[in-house]
Amino acid sequence: MKALSQKRRHPLAAIALLLMGLLVTGGLYAVASTVNQAKATTSTNANDAEEGGKLFAANCATCHGMGASGSQAGPSLVGVGAAAVDFQVGTGRMPMQMNGPQAYKKPAQFNEEQTRQLAAYVASLGPGPSIPEAGLLDEKGDAAAGGELFRTNCAMCHNAAAAGGALTRGKFAPALAGVSGQHIYEAMVTGPQNMPVFSDANISPEGKRDIITFLKQIEANGSPGGADLGALGPVSEGLFIWIAGLGVIIAFTIWLTSRTS
Amino acid sequence: MSATATPDAPAFVAKTKGGRITNFVDERVGGSGILREFGRKVFPDHWSFMFGEVALYSFVILLLSGTFLTFFFDPSMAETRYAGSYMPLKNVEMSVAYSSSLNISFDVRGGLFMRQVHHWSALLFVASVSVHMLRVFFTGAFRKPREMNWVVGGVLLILSMAAGFTGYSLPDDLLSGNGLRIIDGVIKSIPVIGTYISFFLFGGEFPGTAIIGRLYMLHILLVPALILLMIVMHLFMVVVHKHTQYPGPGRNDGNVVGYPLGPVYAAKAGGFFFIVFGVIALMAGFFTINPIWNYGPYDPSPVSAGTQPDWYIGFVDGALRLMPGIIGDWKVEQIWFGHVFTFNVLLPALVPAGIIFTVLFTYPWIERWITKDNREHHVLDRPRNAPTRTAIGMAGFVWYCVMWAAAGSDLIATHFHVSLNDVTYWLRALFFIGPVIAFVVTKRIALALQRKDREIALHGRETGRIVRLPHGEFIEVHAPLDEYKRYKLVGFESPSPLPAEPNANGVVDSKEKRRAKLSQWFFEDRVAPATPAELAAAHGHHGEHEAIESGENQKTLSH
Amino acid sequence: MGNHSDGSPNHSGTVATAGQNEVEKFQDPGIPPHRLRLADTDPKAAKRAERQVALLFGSSVVGTLIFLVAYFAIDLGDDTSIATIRLQNALLGIGTAFAMLGIGTGIVHWAKALMPDHEVSEERHAIRTEEDRLAAVRIVDDIVEETGIKRRPLIRNTLLGAVALAPLPALAVFGDLGPRPDNTLAHTMWAPQDGKLKRLTRDPDGTPIKASDVTIGSAFHVIPEGLNELHEGKLNEKAKAVVLLMRLNPESLNPSPGRENWGYNGIVAYSKICTHVGCPVALYEQQTHHLLCPCHQSTFDLTQECKVIFGPASRPLPQLPIAVDSEGYLVATSDFNEPVGPSYWERDEHERNRNA
Repeated sequence: MKALSQKRRHPLAAIALLLMGLLVTGGLYAVASTVNQAKATTSTNANDAEEGGKLFAANCATCHGMGASGSQAGPSLVGVGAAAVDFQVGTGRMPMQMNGPQAYKKPAQFNEEQTRQLAAYVASLGPGPSIPEAGLLDEKGDAAAGGELFRTNCAMCHNAAAAGGALTRGKFAPALAGVSGQHIYEAMVTGPQNMPVFSDANISPEGKRDIITFLKQIEANGSPGGADLGALGPVSEGLFIWIAGLGVIIAFTIWLTSRTS
Repeated sequence: MSATATPDAPAFVAKTKGGRITNFVDERVGGSGILREFGRKVFPDHWSFMFGEVALYSFVILLLSGTFLTFFFDPSMAETRYAGSYMPLKNVEMSVAYSSSLNISFDVRGGLFMRQVHHWSALLFVASVSVHMLRVFFTGAFRKPREMNWVVGGVLLILSMAAGFTGYSLPDDLLSGNGLRIIDGVIKSIPVIGTYISFFLFGGEFPGTAIIGRLYMLHILLVPALILLMIVMHLFMVVVHKHTQYPGPGRNDGNVVGYPLGPVYAAKAGGFFFIVFGVIALMAGFFTINPIWNYGPYDPSPVSAGTQPDWYIGFVDGALRLMPGIIGDWKVEQIWFGHVFTFNVLLPALVPAGIIFTVLFTYPWIERWITKDNREHHVLDRPRNAPTRTAIGMAGFVWYCVMWAAAGSDLIATHFHVSLNDVTYWLRALFFIGPVIAFVVTKRIALALQRKDREIALHGRETGRIVRLPHGEFIEVHAPLDEYKRYKLVGFESPSPLPAEPNANGVVDSKEKRRAKLSQWFFEDRVAPATPAELAAAHGHHGEHEAIESGENQKTLSH
Repeated sequence: MGNHSDGSPNHSGTVATAGQNEVEKFQDPGIPPHRLRLADTDPKAAKRAERQVALLFGSSVVGTLIFLVAYFAIDLGDDTSIATIRLQNALLGIGTAFAMLGIGTGIVHWAKALMPDHEVSEERHAIRTEEDRLAAVRIVDDIVEETGIKRRPLIRNTLLGAVALAPLPALAVFGDLGPRPDNTLAHTMWAPQDGKLKRLTRDPDGTPIKASDVTIGSAFHVIPEGLNELHEGKLNEKAKAVVLLMRLNPESLNPSPGRENWGYNGIVAYSKICTHVGCPVALYEQQTHHLLCPCHQSTFDLTQECKVIFGPASRPLPQLPIAVDSEGYLVATSDFNEPVGPSYWERDEHERNRNA
């Protein structure tokens, strides 16, 4: 974790991230535009949908029901759109490990192709938010405007520095560092789990692009003051002064008052 | 400088130029007398005596770094648009105060460093004052003649918290603004005058445009001036009383054993200032504190998860979190005679802090009344040798810590993957039973340590060396203590309960009976120090110079 | 120490522990003999310590140089990256740390290793001697006698009266710190102006919201129309007027009598200001329909008109009655029916006046 967070602050990290982002989005775009005759971003290829249907029946239907119509164990997925599938499956939240207050992020269980196929299948069931266009994920929006939107709409749950926060009864808003722009976008439009939906009528696509730009910028920047202590605010600062600060001071006082041999 | 002797020059004429200058000053201020009095004054040496110095030095560092910050900070709440170099806030509407704080962080060279030095030393200041007071409490250093200095210390603690809080609010960022809003909410809950105080403080409705300027004045002038005044009083009394010392060979209430001020003590204390400064500089260089750029400008609509005050206000915030607003179906907020009594805010905001500070300020007199002890004490108690006091202190400390933890209940929940609500329920329970458990456990531990001291004094230290005796028995060899080490373990008072005594009229009144009961409670559980007779008996028992033991009530390792 | 035996019952000291008296106490063996340090006996060790101290002082010089280099070599401009600021901050920190720790540890090492370390004992003296006390009493008696304050009660009493009253202006002069509280706390910008209902607009840009924009499960942060155009007191108004707008299945709402028309098709608006101490209650869980305050964890249940279900708040969040205007935009049909935010002494009175 620590090594990762340090590498994240490396001056080249921003460039690496940008390159990676470009490669991924470019790659996705290439795949979507060549394989798909339909819209570049929705990838509603009839083949994909068919394959996705098989995957769904095998892996998801136990909870979400045949035809994704929902059951006691899981909600109906008709009309949730490709974005919801890409987010839930792409971040590893679905399939769920166990029932609990909230699904945890974990290594994705399906590869990119399978995720796309599942998304295509669910998207074919009813209209819903689609996977965002690459242009909205280029992280070249207005970071300051994004920051304002983030503070108003997101910071109360995710923390002003996107370090995450607690919700009621064991639920929580996760930290956003390391989450791809695409998944952030999809979370906003679909409102996974207890997160409210931020439809395009609420925060415009450009606004969402600004928010992603802001998040990626502060993530790449790191803290100018040094280690950020988790960006958790005064609690971690207080712990630090009591444990590390006073600890070092006490070590010095003991040395200072001990007798030299 | 011309220090030529005047016609009626005194007999002494300095030979060097420096000497003449010194003499010039000395003749006018009487420095020789001061030096004669204090130059070789003896100070006892112990690491736990250094926290007061840490506090003093971090205060000096606060004054230095704070002065730098005032040159760049503008406490105005006028609206402006940010034009500094921090991209994620470019052109955002904000107050001048926040904008100038950002400029200090991003556009003034060394400004961020100074801000971080200032804030870290502020946290260290209050922390070291607190630890210093804990040390004084647990060693009984507040006893006669130092009761008043204990009170001055308590006032300093409150002032340091006030200094911290007023400073926390100055940058006018989202975090501090929401902190102020909470303060406003608490003030408004005060019966009768709450709304008036709120309007007077903020110059009208919250947030208004006056509060930052007013807090600034308090933060850089009034509070530091009061702190300085209290420090002067505190140090004056330290000089009058001389320092306390831990018990040990050669130390008693009539003397003070340690190193002379010049050179050893002065060198250590002076050098320690630089060490404290260095440690703070390290923290400021490598660890972010109060990243105001993350929080954004104050705006009454947003809020960040994890909105907490700095640690020293945390216990009040935690108490606010623990208080249920509705118990069963009963609303804690009540309307009586057409007026609102906001008990769900008033009780947690005022009662725990009120109890903590009332007990803190009156404790020396409470203990003095119970023990009827009017003697001067310059030798400290080891905490284990005053089990009840130590237990009281730990009970209070645990109570404080429960509230403190409650202020971070959301972070406890997210970091330990438990439910926020469960954390609150547990802490609510601990709020009541935590101090009781702490009292009982601490007292038992103190008594156990006393017993261990007694064992060691009588039978020596366990060496870990196992010896097989001729008849086959295994024993552990105990190394006897030398008389100095032994005296450390036996040279303490062990007061017994003081029964009720008749007053001047020969009557035992009910107050005296209560006092006697408390005295019983205070002193009934104790382990008396070992006596020479007991030592002789212990030695006689095995009749060897090496304290080899095999008695029925003594520890024997036999495997 | 050693006061155990003076426990005569009327003495202020504590009584002796049973069976313990002076004879049976260990005698104080006095200050332990002085142990020599390595540097006291071995000139080589002393020389080594000397070099160590000098080295520490030298490292302080290096630290100062690092600081100066970091300060002058790195200039901050508009295009300075965060990494550069972080680098400068770290260098300033390490420079200062070396400069300070070098001096500090050097001096302490010097004191510990090379300065004499004989423990000495100094007598304590009585803080107040009886002689001083008697002399002071005499002086005070003389002073009191010379002023004649006891003999002239008129002077004494008028002086006391004057001194007691004199601080009053010092209190009164703070009377203008703020205006007297009036009923402004009970009103917000949502009150219709000149018969025109205020539209609900997005925070922070102030664009109006159509009912059709608000899909199920969404949450809008809302400010009243015209707030951004205010020149004065914008934050004061915003501090009272911010609203959270949510839409849920109309069946899950259970409006009480008289409040059936305060929402629109499952769209409801509630004050964002916590009734506890005023933090923005902005955490909306769209599945459980709970609102959580991040400051003190008060939890409000949207399906029960924001009744408190957990935490320190006592009152539900005030609801803003809303409707849709002819163009399909959401509007507030009136101001809140009660003062928003934390309770205050006059709150109940204000609420009664509002609804009278």
